Amino acid sequence: MIRTELKQLPKHLWHYLRQVTGDDAYERYMAHQKLAHAGEPLLTRQQFFKQRQDEKWSKVSRCC
Amino acid sequence: MPKTVLSKLMWLAIAIAGASAIGGIALHRGESINAIWFVAAAICTYLVAYRFYSAWICAKVLVLDETRATPAERFNNGRDFMPTNRWVTFGHHFAAIAGPGPLIGPTLAMQFGYLPGTLWILAGAVLGGCVQDMVIMFCSTRRDGRSLGQMARDELGPVGGWAAMVGTMMIMLILIAVLGLVIVNAMKHSPWATATVLGTIPVAMLIGIYMRGIRPGRVLEGSLIGIALLLVCVVGGGWVDHNESLRGLFDWSGESVAWFVMIYGFAAATLPVWLLLAPRDYLSTFLKLGVVFLLAVSILVLAPDMKMPALTQFIDGTGPIFKGTLFPFVFITIACGAISGFHSLVSSGTTPKLLPNERDIRMIGYGSMALESFVGIMAVIAACVLDPGVFFAINSPAGVVGKEAAAAVKTISDWGFPVSVDQMQMLATEMGEKTLFARTGGAPSLAVGMATIFSSTFGNTLLSMWYHFAIMFEVLFILTTLDAGTRVGRFMLQDILKHVWKPIGNVSSYPMTVISSLIFVAAWGYFLWQGVKDPLGGVNILWPLFGISNQLLAGIALSVATGILIKMGKARHAWVTGLPLTWLAVVCTTAAVEKVFSPNPAIGFLSGAASMAEKLAAGTLPPDRAAVAPQLIIGQQIDAALALFFAIVLWVVIVDMIRMSLRMRSGKTVLPLSESKYVRTQLDPNMVASSH
Repeated sequence: MIRTELKQLPKHLWHYLRQVTGDDAYERYMAHQKLAHAGEPLLTRQQFFKQRQDEKWSKVSRCC
Repeated sequence: MPKTVLSKLMWLAIAIAGASAIGGIALHRGESINAIWFVAAAICTYLVAYRFYSAWICAKVLVLDETRATPAERFNNGRDFMPTNRWVTFGHHFAAIAGPGPLIGPTLAMQFGYLPGTLWILAGAVLGGCVQDMVIMFCSTRRDGRSLGQMARDELGPVGGWAAMVGTMMIMLILIAVLGLVIVNAMKHSPWATATVLGTIPVAMLIGIYMRGIRPGRVLEGSLIGIALLLVCVVGGGWVDHNESLRGLFDWSGESVAWFVMIYGFAAATLPVWLLLAPRDYLSTFLKLGVVFLLAVSILVLAPDMKMPALTQFIDGTGPIFKGTLFPFVFITIACGAISGFHSLVSSGTTPKLLPNERDIRMIGYGSMALESFVGIMAVIAACVLDPGVFFAINSPAGVVGKEAAAAVKTISDWGFPVSVDQMQMLATEMGEKTLFARTGGAPSLAVGMATIFSSTFGNTLLSMWYHFAIMFEVLFILTTLDAGTRVGRFMLQDILKHVWKPIGNVSSYPMTVISSLIFVAAWGYFLWQGVKDPLGGVNILWPLFGISNQLLAGIALSVATGILIKMGKARHAWVTGLPLTWLAVVCTTAAVEKVFSPNPAIGFLSGAASMAEKLAAGTLPPDRAAVAPQLIIGQQIDAALALFFAIVLWVVIVDMIRMSLRMRSGKTVLPLSESKYVRTQLDPNMVASSH
């Protein structure tokens, strides 16, 4: 049991790293669209990231 | 019930260990004390407070409801609203709140000795800062993720809302100016640092182009390449420094660096974010988390001795780094790390849109701030591992200890902190700098401390590389706060100015962007310039002003929170936020009154301006000081007005909150609680918990 969990650890860490940095944001967006808004037009990868960044930097997202 | 007995025993042991460590630190009077005591005291304090105090607040005061859907779930759009794994949200939240503040404030406050700062960082965090962050996050989560300003308007009324809006913009202004000044003092006349920092700009742009055009959205890839290039910049800066013909090009005066900082701020606010701001932020966030982690490991491995005394004679107000007595100035100097009002802007509006479940508010709100407080403790350690003489030689402005090295070491040694010219020269050579005298602002002394810790842990070589790596790390993430702040400040300014002149509110118009950015940069640039010209280093004026403004914002946030708790029918428990609010009101008001009205010209802005005007009229000022005196006199008068304004805004909000509470008590109508309706969560708790 612990062994299989340990084996899974690098995979979990990798998933965590991708998610916390936003590396997998587009994949998650696609999954969400498929689930919740099937058939609606999708943003391209480039469009998605541009929108995401513009959104992030128009509010307070860094403190002192 | 053996398990609960075991658990009780364990918590008892942690509590005893923490209490003994704090007692050990407080009562220790000797040559030096090991840093591990501080680490132990801090960790035990956070653990006990988290386990008991935060749990009690969540269960009895906030009454978190894990069956209630969060805004992230209700408005899920796959982008900014999205239920996100709690650890990922924790990472985002911590990266957002942890800036340069908890590193710089504690460093400056070490002029009082290690004890006052350490106790305030610990007590302030667990009773004030963590509570503020958590309660505001709760309030915003229950209100569709609204911002602090909106909540102030909805719950207290237009006065509170207006105060929060103006207060936020003013703190942004002062924050950027003082951080800019820290950069100036770290980079001026240091070709290595200047060349390195300049190199990071094309690196950031290159990564921006990579992530936008070449490999869109590959954040990890891009960041790793960027980090590697940053290290090349540090080495390249060293190469420039050793090249006689090149080093002159990068040997900039304070004024030149100040211009660079202003142009950079303007560029970052007006260029598209993907080109400079966003990629730089990825790099600095990676670097920030990496360095904080590395510092924690190094301190544990090295277990360095702290050489600073517990208390110095400067608690009487005669300190060289900034003037003013222990109370209230230690509580103003250390804002971030103990309680930082700025966090309330991230805790509302940003993080609630990611929260998967209400119960995670405790870990993310309270826990992140405890971690930031720990960063503050590490800054204390990094400052205190230096010989106190060296610490004061680096951090004391030339205007206090004298311009000549011999005069400076004599003054400092006479205080009882022995240091010699040779020692300082050797240290400067080791760090790859010409001189380390009067490098005020905290960044250079922190970098010397970190370089000492890192190089002792990882082999006693490459001190100069570590030093410049640390300087780059500090400058990089100060620049991130600076450019993100300028951009947001510009939006806020447009939002306020549109009431006067409508067209300026158009955020998508390029001319309006340029105009409002210019106004905002000029506003903080003014304070920065004043600081650069000040013979006493400027930090002594700007940092207290920043501390007051940050505590003012915390006061506004805590007033909003207290008002909401009272409206929720929790008046009996409203002391949870009311107590830190009272403390901040006392501290902030005392500090503001002293800064404005103190008859001591080194403390009071008005008497400072008056005494300088007198000397100028009498012709007793040396010519270089006489030339800048008229500017500084007006500057001090503006500072006085600003400090007074901050205190008034704080009291307006507090009185507004009390007025509302009294109306409520006497049964009169008040604005209704703006909490959104209960919706049952549909999320499977396990699904959100695993990183799918």
